[in-house]
Amino acid sequence: MKVLALDSSGLVASVALTDGDVLVAEYTTDYKKTHSQTLLPMLDEIRRMVELDLKTIDVIGVAAGPGSFTGLRIGSATAKGLGLALGVPLAAIPTMDALACNLYGCEKLICPMMDARREQVYTGLYSFERQDGSLALHRILPQCTMSAVEVIEKVNQLGREVIFLGDGAAAYRTVIETRICVPCSFAPASCNRQRAASVAVLAAQYAVQGKLVEAAAFAPEYLRLSQAERSRMNASDEEQERMKAGVKPGGRT
Amino acid sequence: MAQESAKWPQEDVLILAIETSCDETAAAVVKNGREVLSNIIYSQIDLHTLYGGVVPEIASRKHIEKINQVIEKALTDAKVTLEQITAVAVTYGPGLVGALLVGVSAAKAIAFALDKPLVGVHHIEGHICANYIENKELEPPFLCLVVSGGHSHLVMVLDYGRYEILGRTRDDAAGEAFDKVARAIGLGYPGGPKIDSVSGQGDPEAIAFPRAKVGDNVYDFSFSGLKSAVLNYLNGCRMKGIPVSQADVAASFQKAVVDVLTEHSMHALEERGVRKFAIAGGVASNGHLRRALEEACRKRNVAFYRPSPILCTDNAAMIGAAGYYEYCKGVRHGWDLNAVPGLKLGERI
Repeated sequence: MKVLALDSSGLVASVALTDGDVLVAEYTTDYKKTHSQTLLPMLDEIRRMVELDLKTIDVIGVAAGPGSFTGLRIGSATAKGLGLALGVPLAAIPTMDALACNLYGCEKLICPMMDARREQVYTGLYSFERQDGSLALHRILPQCTMSAVEVIEKVNQLGREVIFLGDGAAAYRTVIETRICVPCSFAPASCNRQRAASVAVLAAQYAVQGKLVEAAAFAPEYLRLSQAERSRMNASDEEQERMKAGVKPGGRT
Repeated sequence: MAQESAKWPQEDVLILAIETSCDETAAAVVKNGREVLSNIIYSQIDLHTLYGGVVPEIASRKHIEKINQVIEKALTDAKVTLEQITAVAVTYGPGLVGALLVGVSAAKAIAFALDKPLVGVHHIEGHICANYIENKELEPPFLCLVVSGGHSHLVMVLDYGRYEILGRTRDDAAGEAFDKVARAIGLGYPGGPKIDSVSGQGDPEAIAFPRAKVGDNVYDFSFSGLKSAVLNYLNGCRMKGIPVSQADVAASFQKAVVDVLTEHSMHALEERGVRKFAIAGGVASNGHLRRALEEACRKRNVAFYRPSPILCTDNAAMIGAAGYYEYCKGVRHGWDLNAVPGLKLGERI
């Protein structure tokens, strides 16, 4: 089974192609250019380098959120466009699951973190457990949005040695080192950010498990409403009417 | 980087066009630039009405949900397969960056997967080219007034893909002024159609609102002074306890906008000696504006062109029309095409 995978959920842009147990190609950049300038040119480079016939792709895996709203949409629209044109289904892989998979087989607690701004992180807690004769990713805390302090508390409660990874772990490193009560370490550059190869590995599992989606039906999971929706939800009925008339809550036209 | 070279094709050219610059998710299939085989628009307007205007993040999220359905419907309605498409055209600016990126990313992926040429199109050039669709005889050069929620331009269309901007708004776009005034008199969003319909019952001469003149360029527009005059008038009435006639304010405001747009357009027509005049953009659907411009053109024996309302609103058929002429000129974009929210008319990136 040939899997093409894309991850543009954060600052990293990553494209990978797997064929069964072989990682045929992977191209990952963490650079200031926008994903719309990098993602497709990287796929094109892979296509030429490994003489990929796009028609042979069976599944398109995509990091389906959470992450940067714009980054998620560039990856999602690219995956949806490819899916539409090639007639291939998508595997919507939770971003935090894919990040955790970078540390395959790790016996310690895995805590991926992405900086979600507004003093929060996108995070989750994982471990690898033996299941039906093989190691499988086990979600202790499914991906969610919370403060770094909250997730550190949860790790402390579990009382297990932990490995942090992701740009949120870098952003909150001092907070982590100050508050953590269990032995902890930080994953190195080889595996501490999004890698499309991890998305591809999970996408292949999704295909086997029949968890694929039609390209048309796919939309990313942001784990957070837009600012306007949040304001509206917190507004009274009267404020909502004023909003319709173009008056922002507590503000002017 | 866009590359150009002149070439007019002998065989039929089928353009799959995609437009997501604001709050409409749209796709179309256009044959040889002028024949619309399908024109699908998913409007999000109800969603944004709750917020009194377009919310960029909500618009972008909706585009992602709808983009494939809209494209698939455009292909089905046109009875065309992806393999039969000659090229993919997409709006890459100006517009809301997050919204544009959905269309741009999807269009690039489709063109890449099919190994077809990719043509980036300027949104306003699309609006202008909407006139080619129903007016098969219309060819450049002609003068075009582009008026929408985000733009007010008086443009000389010198040739296909060659534009000279004669005038532009110094502050608010015409459609923006409509929206703001509609809010102020309690009509809500979207302002253009609501003012257009209410003003039918009002007296356009009831209130003397100002017609702004912009000093150094006779073709430039300014609508923020007019908007302030309306707000001041409303405040004055409120303070004096005088009842306000919504219809009279709407009609008088609209008359002021229409007068300025008409006067500037006719001035440019006479100055340039052009015999063809077209209007484009969302505000070009305004009944009063259409009638005023049509009458002014008739008096001067100038041919008047306007798209049907469905082609005035944001749509992808117009992008297919503009994309065709760009394609024929040899414009091709790379897989690194980015959204350019501030793309200028006539600019090629």
